[in-house]
Amino acid sequence: MLLDALTFQLGYNATLVAIGAALLGTASGVTGTFLFLRKRALVSDAISHATLPGIGIAFIVMVALGGDGRNLIGLLLGSALSAGLGLLVVQWLSQRTRLGEDAAIGAVLSVFFGFGIVLLTVIQTMSSGRQAGLETFLLGSTAGMLFNDAVTIAVGGALALALVLLLRRPMTIVSFDPGYAATIGIDTRRVDLATMGLVLAVTVVGLKIVGLILVIALVIIPPVAARFWSERSDVVVLVAGAFGGLSGYLGAAISASAPDLPTGPIIVLTAFALFLVSLLVAPARGTLAALARYRRYHRRVHLRQGLLALAHGQTVYEAWTRRLLVREGLARADGVATEAGRARAARALRDERRWAVLRGLPAFEAAASLYDGLREIETVLTPDQIAEIDGMIGGPRGVAP
Amino acid sequence: MSPLELVKPAEAVPDAPLAVRGLTVTYREKPAIFSVDATFEDGALTAIVGPNGAGKSTLLKAALGIVRPLAGRITFFGRGFDEARDRIAYVPQRASVDWDFPTRALDVVLMGLYRELGLLGRVGRSQRARAMDCLARVGMEGFADRQIGQLSGGQQQRVFLARALAQNADLYLLDEPFAGVDAATEKAVIAVLKGLKAEGKTVAVVHHDLSTVRDYFDRVLIVNMRKIAEGPVDTAFTTENLQSAYGGRLAEAQLHQLALA
Repeated sequence: MLLDALTFQLGYNATLVAIGAALLGTASGVTGTFLFLRKRALVSDAISHATLPGIGIAFIVMVALGGDGRNLIGLLLGSALSAGLGLLVVQWLSQRTRLGEDAAIGAVLSVFFGFGIVLLTVIQTMSSGRQAGLETFLLGSTAGMLFNDAVTIAVGGALALALVLLLRRPMTIVSFDPGYAATIGIDTRRVDLATMGLVLAVTVVGLKIVGLILVIALVIIPPVAARFWSERSDVVVLVAGAFGGLSGYLGAAISASAPDLPTGPIIVLTAFALFLVSLLVAPARGTLAALARYRRYHRRVHLRQGLLALAHGQTVYEAWTRRLLVREGLARADGVATEAGRARAARALRDERRWAVLRGLPAFEAAASLYDGLREIETVLTPDQIAEIDGMIGGPRGVAP
Repeated sequence: MSPLELVKPAEAVPDAPLAVRGLTVTYREKPAIFSVDATFEDGALTAIVGPNGAGKSTLLKAALGIVRPLAGRITFFGRGFDEARDRIAYVPQRASVDWDFPTRALDVVLMGLYRELGLLGRVGRSQRARAMDCLARVGMEGFADRQIGQLSGGQQQRVFLARALAQNADLYLLDEPFAGVDAATEKAVIAVLKGLKAEGKTVAVVHHDLSTVRDYFDRVLIVNMRKIAEGPVDTAFTTENLQSAYGGRLAEAQLHQLALA
């Protein structure tokens, strides 16, 4: 069943939804990355909740004009206008008053959402228009998705992607270093406004599929997951787009493969699964990699300290250090150094002496800054320099390495 | 027009790389700098010194339009900032960026090429080579692939200097480049600045370490909200001027040592 869904064998509507969701996910992942990098991810929550009154008003206006009130483009236009208004209020509150952006977001989000719910309730009691289904914008609904709806989503998403491509450089520089951006002629206010406008666009486009309460997840989760995989903003943007698209496609397919699985929430959970995998297994920034790195480092420190203790003829008391030495064949179970252990210990001690001399010499300041107690001096200095330092240590030389 | 602009300018140096006249910047109603005239001469290496909170950084930020002055006129090479922008490079104080940002040292330097690349210009081999060259000038070519937050404070400062070098400007403005950096970085930075001067570029540096002013710079601007003095180090960096800028904050003996060293 799932395989059928993944290969678009589940019928017209399921195929339409899967393609639409994949496009939406890509656009929101890419756009959301810049919001995330600018550290303003929560603004998207205010934007999405502020769409609700617009939906209600657009419906009322369209009914008043004699339409059926559920034209998707009309509803999206209305939601964009009220979300834009909400965005401006957040900007104004955080720039012109002493309120922080977090407080402004909280205020705008709840007030707009509350007003929207009031409007929906009023609409329920209206006699004209086919109001049924308006509340599906809260959590998204794909059951009755039409070809035109899919086209609207595709066009909106494609426009947002094209604009991101055009503005990616200024948006990146503004996120990283706004003060510098201003001096090289980037209008930071307009770039920020463009970033917000793009997020607004994908939010509005995503209302139909994911719904306004969960669409924020598609803007935030893919970038956060993508961040684990790269230290380059360009790559993070691409990976976030891929994650978003994959979540949309997989989520839509999964929800189509069984009855009564809601599309939007399943898409969000799929995105979360990608996030979880990234968090755990990403090579450099993932938790497992960090844990392994820490364990390795821990082990090196203990081994080094153990060797230095052996070199000084001291007994190694710490059980784990002793186990490490034994396991490496450097010491016997009673803590006495083996032949190999003595050689390694002598080398560690020599290394330590050389470092001690080096760190006292102003001429080697750059090299001295690399001292971390573990690094072997051969990785920092040339043989000539080491010979120079050995000359200063004096005493017998020429321990075979 | 602000009343301060009606005051006749002290001396007219129409084409100086940077000239400010009657510059006043206030935060709320407390002035950071008040009616300052200053001229940064072509080809000079100028230090801007003064006690903490004297408005040194504010002066630069106002000149660059990062903070808005309340009054005053600022010209770069005799023109407004927007017209002269391509000839100006700025190295901000280090603390102001997000160190966990996904960007490598090389990417930061490539940001310096933004004006040249524009929105859609591709970063080709020649741009990358130029960025690497700028990293090499500050001794950081071995760190091109490091994420910016994984570098030490001094190394980060050098990367930001490399970004300014990539702009290939005629006027370099640096805000406290020597604050909290290691000796190796300080040496590398001053060597680059002297190199720029040798190429005929103009450099102005907000500086806090009075003991190195004589070794590093040829001109000095001493400020403490007002301009105290400006001119060649030999004539302007005097005990009296430092005394009036720093007041009791520097011991008498220290002052003598600095100015007469």
